[in-house]
Amino acid sequence: MAFLSLEGLTKKFGAHLAVDGLSLDVEKGEFIALLGPSGCGKTTTLQMIAGFVDPTAGAIRLEGRDLLAIKPAKRGLGIVFQSYALFPHMTVAENVAFGLEMQGVAAAERTKRVTETLELVGLAAFSGRFPRQMSGGQQQRVALARALVIRPNILLLDEPLSNLDAKLREEMQIELRQIQRTVGTTTILVTHDQAEAMALSDRIVVMNQGRAEQIGPPHEAYERPATPFVANFLGKTNLVNGATVRPEKISFGPSGLVGKVRTRIFQGNHWLYQVDTANGLVTVIRQNTGEAMPAEGAVVHLVWSVAP
Amino acid sequence: MRAAPYLLSLPALLLFAGVVIVPLVMTVLLSFHDWGQYKGIEPVFILKNWQEVLTDSYFHEMFWRTFRIAFFVTLLAAVLGAPEAYILNRMKSPWRGLFLLVILGPLLISVVARTLGWALLFGGNSGLVNKALISTGLISTPLPFMFTETGMVVALAHVLMPYMVLAVWAALQRLDPQIENAAVALGAGPFTVLRRIVLPQVMPGILSGAIIVFALAASAFATPAIIGGRRLKVASTLAYDEFLNTLNWPLGAAVAVLLLFALIAVVVGASRLVERRYAQVFG
Repeated sequence: MAFLSLEGLTKKFGAHLAVDGLSLDVEKGEFIALLGPSGCGKTTTLQMIAGFVDPTAGAIRLEGRDLLAIKPAKRGLGIVFQSYALFPHMTVAENVAFGLEMQGVAAAERTKRVTETLELVGLAAFSGRFPRQMSGGQQQRVALARALVIRPNILLLDEPLSNLDAKLREEMQIELRQIQRTVGTTTILVTHDQAEAMALSDRIVVMNQGRAEQIGPPHEAYERPATPFVANFLGKTNLVNGATVRPEKISFGPSGLVGKVRTRIFQGNHWLYQVDTANGLVTVIRQNTGEAMPAEGAVVHLVWSVAP
Repeated sequence: MRAAPYLLSLPALLLFAGVVIVPLVMTVLLSFHDWGQYKGIEPVFILKNWQEVLTDSYFHEMFWRTFRIAFFVTLLAAVLGAPEAYILNRMKSPWRGLFLLVILGPLLISVVARTLGWALLFGGNSGLVNKALISTGLISTPLPFMFTETGMVVALAHVLMPYMVLAVWAALQRLDPQIENAAVALGAGPFTVLRRIVLPQVMPGILSGAIIVFALAASAFATPAIIGGRRLKVASTLAYDEFLNTLNWPLGAAVAVLLLFALIAVVVGASRLVERRYAQVFG
């Protein structure tokens, strides 16, 4: 029996079908990413698990129990919101302690667990600050600590990194992954950022128009996309002779598909090429190894091996 | 070009000085002049009016009553207005717009017409308010509303309610829409969410609304004049009477100036207190 299972989960807003019969089994300790463009139903799914939105049909079971019969306040889930939703009138320590207070944890135990959790997210020195006095990244960690301190059954992350700048986002991805591994909490991440989903999760659920297009490990979904939508959403693709080929799988060889370089863009660790061929425009990504590369206007031969 | 900002604001400054500062200074000066039944106003410098206002228990009672009424109006406006704003904020259109209009309604009606309406509702022992209260069993004998502080508080709270509702509503608008869900997910019940999460965050709004309502209630004229009449005077109706009935302008000026300065002291003191209390948290 799966730890958490969504069974035919459906949500209609008027005539609009936001989530359409989504079924998913999540194992204990697993990190799942719900990935898709805005309006694909990923956030609605998260809100149904949290209990803020009631499903039109379907069931959610946690260790076999019917989660929908339990009030949101009693579900014991840890949620990190996109806006963090910290309590601005409380200090960091008070924010983190709030959930424990609601559970009726004794004051001494509360202080101990708050300190432990703040150490886990690297904010032990900030317990007396107010959220307003902290940076976006620090507020994010407070939100994470507040969700984790109650030892939730499931950790729900709603676009948690989307308000951070690119560099900080990468750092937080690594840290989030480490923290999740340390505490081992089953985690569901909602994101529209394929890089984030692939970097963090054990399995990805690629969603489109309320349905799961593919459920699987990031590597598998990337290498063997089930549908053209998945292929396109998880990265750049070329459609050559009816086969989808990832740009980084194509290289320049002595012979092969003949083409002329239309544009060449240098991106530090790699070169991005657009090559005009008889089969249309082909995107090629080549690692920057320091060697000289074909210039714009050069005639090149493209080679790739077709995936089995 | 450095002078440009000052030159540009000069017309407004001149207007302000002309219509506010000059009459105010003249009123202050007037309060030091002498007055007699037969000699009228004498432009001399004496402290007689101020001595009278500050030592006579009659004036103490007036000012004490004025601020007592303002306090209860503020309290009533906060107790009713804050929940009203919260409910309004949770309504969906078109109800929100409709009820906002109902709340702002009092501001659209002439203060005299509105207060006369209250006078009709209160009127005597067979007034509609008393009839309604008796028929619901809340009271057994009619309550006096006309010429009482109770009546004044009710009528003033009604007209000043919109200021409180709007101030609280503005504070509610700044609330993170997810914050209540965040508290619920951590195990808080609806009452705890209101008391521990929503109320502390709208408190600055309630306090700034309270400052506005208090200032307007303490300086209100038409409502106390109609509901209280000449039997139950407050500072503003007292000043009016001194000016237009007794014709003792200097004494009326002293009352008016004292009311102004007392109000400034209360409002400035309160808002500095609020600012200091919340600067750290809400920046």
